[in-house]
Amino acid sequence: MTMQDRYPIAFQLYPYQRSADQDAKAPVTHPVVVVGGGPIGLATALDLGLKGHPVLALDDHEGVGQGSRAICFVRRTLEIAHRLGAGAEMLAKGIVWQKGRVFHDSDEIFEFDLLPEDGHRCPAFINLSQIHFKKFLVEAIERANADCAKIEIRGKNRVDAIDPGKDETVVDISTPDGSYQIKANWLIACDGARSPIRDMMGLGFDGRVFEDNFLMADVKMTADFLTERWFWFEPWFKSGSSALLHKQPDDIWRIDFQLGWDIDREKELKEENVRNRVDQMLGGKVEYELDWCSIYTFQCRRMEKFCHGRVLFAGDSAHQVSPFGARGANSGIQDPENLAWKLDLALRGHAPETLLHSYDEERLAAADENILNSTRSTDFLTPKFEASKKLRDAVLTLAARHRFARPLVNSGRLSVPCVYDSLSGFGPDAIVTPKRTRPDAPATDAPLADGYLLDKLGGGFTVIGFGTSIPSAQNIEGLHVAGLTIDEISPETRERYLGDEASAVYLIRPDQYVVARWAEYDKGKIASAIRQAIGKDNKCP
Amino acid sequence: MSLNLDPNLVDPDGFYQALLDAHEGLDAAQSAEFNARLIFVLANQIGDPELLAQALEAAK
Ligand SMILES: Cc1cc2nc3c(=O)[nH]c(=O)nc-3n(C[C@H](O)[C@H](O)[C@H](O)COP(=O)(O)OP(=O)(O)OC[C@H]3O[C@@H](n4cnc5c(N)ncnc54)[C@H](O)[C@@H]3O)c2cc1C
Repeated sequence: MTMQDRYPIAFQLYPYQRSADQDAKAPVTHPVVVVGGGPIGLATALDLGLKGHPVLALDDHEGVGQGSRAICFVRRTLEIAHRLGAGAEMLAKGIVWQKGRVFHDSDEIFEFDLLPEDGHRCPAFINLSQIHFKKFLVEAIERANADCAKIEIRGKNRVDAIDPGKDETVVDISTPDGSYQIKANWLIACDGARSPIRDMMGLGFDGRVFEDNFLMADVKMTADFLTERWFWFEPWFKSGSSALLHKQPDDIWRIDFQLGWDIDREKELKEENVRNRVDQMLGGKVEYELDWCSIYTFQCRRMEKFCHGRVLFAGDSAHQVSPFGARGANSGIQDPENLAWKLDLALRGHAPETLLHSYDEERLAAADENILNSTRSTDFLTPKFEASKKLRDAVLTLAARHRFARPLVNSGRLSVPCVYDSLSGFGPDAIVTPKRTRPDAPATDAPLADGYLLDKLGGGFTVIGFGTSIPSAQNIEGLHVAGLTIDEISPETRERYLGDEASAVYLIRPDQYVVARWAEYDKGKIASAIRQAIGKDNKCP
Repeated sequence: MSLNLDPNLVDPDGFYQALLDAHEGLDAAQSAEFNARLIFVLANQIGDPELLAQALEAAK
């Protein structure tokens, strides 16, 4: 039996191998099955694998697909990748950028410099192709496996049907050697925006389609344009209503053209026509090779909820955004970050299964925030009616002359992690400043005498004492809770964690979110905040 | 006093969206009328003739 690829492969990463499950008399049961080997599926498998669970990941291809998708990865994503053991390679390969220019027609209306803040291990963002991002995750999985993790990725294993039961889901899989069945105690569907699993379960995926087409071309050239993000509204080279030029590693440049709704896709994708546009943009004198191009339409939509019994959705299968703001993979990767520790505690019996409701609650709030932001960007880029076009153009005209109008120019608001304000799993905020590290927010990195703060957080709950001493390890609610005492307070640490307080105690979740904070250490208060965070103390069940 | 031409909107994206929402469903003439009314409402908030003169200049 042959299995046709739906897309061409850039790197073969997990070639098909026959598994013993295919010869088993009865379907073999796996505690955790991840469907989809995209960035989100791989991060899910890696996180749970590092926590000691055997994980089986199924992907219908044998590696990473060619083509232009994500290129911009933000700090939070890099921090998560670091925790998972894939960050160093990403930083080494990625291109750091911070400057950009915005043009209207042929005029530069302003330039910006996203001045980096000091005292973080990771830069605010890097450009790196999704192909490499995924490759580095697979390599981190291989390293984890060499170090006792049990993560198996089965290439060319396509899920064709599932039958979800209360405790286990029966999974029908096709391979080049025919089909077989397995059972999954937990199934995590990371099978992308077209999610076959979602369809198999008859679940909806509603939202907005934007009536526009974007031509994305990756070109290889050695020309020395600056490592900046150049964005044109109504470009003088008359190639659609906006255009973007941005550098990636290996002398590849990402170019986007906003083509409009009524287009002839086949014609637009002809090499000569793509070259025509690129020539005009680059001024015609530059040598380059066309590496890849494709046309996309974008939508903003999400599932009504992400948890359906023991089938959980994460990444693009659960929510989809337009790419302005680089919120797809960057927000998607926070799904497994949020999910893995909760599922880990549930699997070990340390927390009730209902803890997973907070995955739904928190990541739905994040999805809504991302959809709101990328919808607003899209509305700015593609004005829907005459008056909104007039307002948009007025902003661009004013922005060229007056600084005040620049924050209104919206060609994408870069992804920042969601603050889960006032959701149920978070505890008291007994000190009031600083705002950025309040409960519900992710912990911010800070330089220490010997490294960086986030690197010191292990895989479990951590209590950090700034200027006050904390027991280095204790058992609370059956959990190993690490303690970290920080005596030498750097200016960044003061600004990010202490404000005007002489000392502060922070309780941090395994996904590095702040649960609660106090001026002084009190074990009883910490225990009660942990109970709340692991769903043992839910006021509203 | 001089007109503030530095960024001052607390939530630029939220305001922009509110403005689009206010125009949604209006035809061109209705939109122009809405804008005219909005100008008077905002001008009244400013009040000061010197600032208003500078605003007229800034928008030219
Ligand atoms: C043009 C473009 C630019 C973008 N730019 C950015 C950016 O700069 N930054 C950013 O963060 N995001 C960006 N994104 C979004 C980003 O690409 C996605 O959010 C990301 O790929 C989602 O990852 P995923 O793992 O959820 O899904 P996918 O990457 O789609 O992976 C799904 C996987 O599941 C597999 N699969 C599907 N069905 C089955 C089945 N039945 N059985 C087994 N396996 C199956 C697929 O083959 C695939 O390997 C961009 C997207 C586009 C299109």
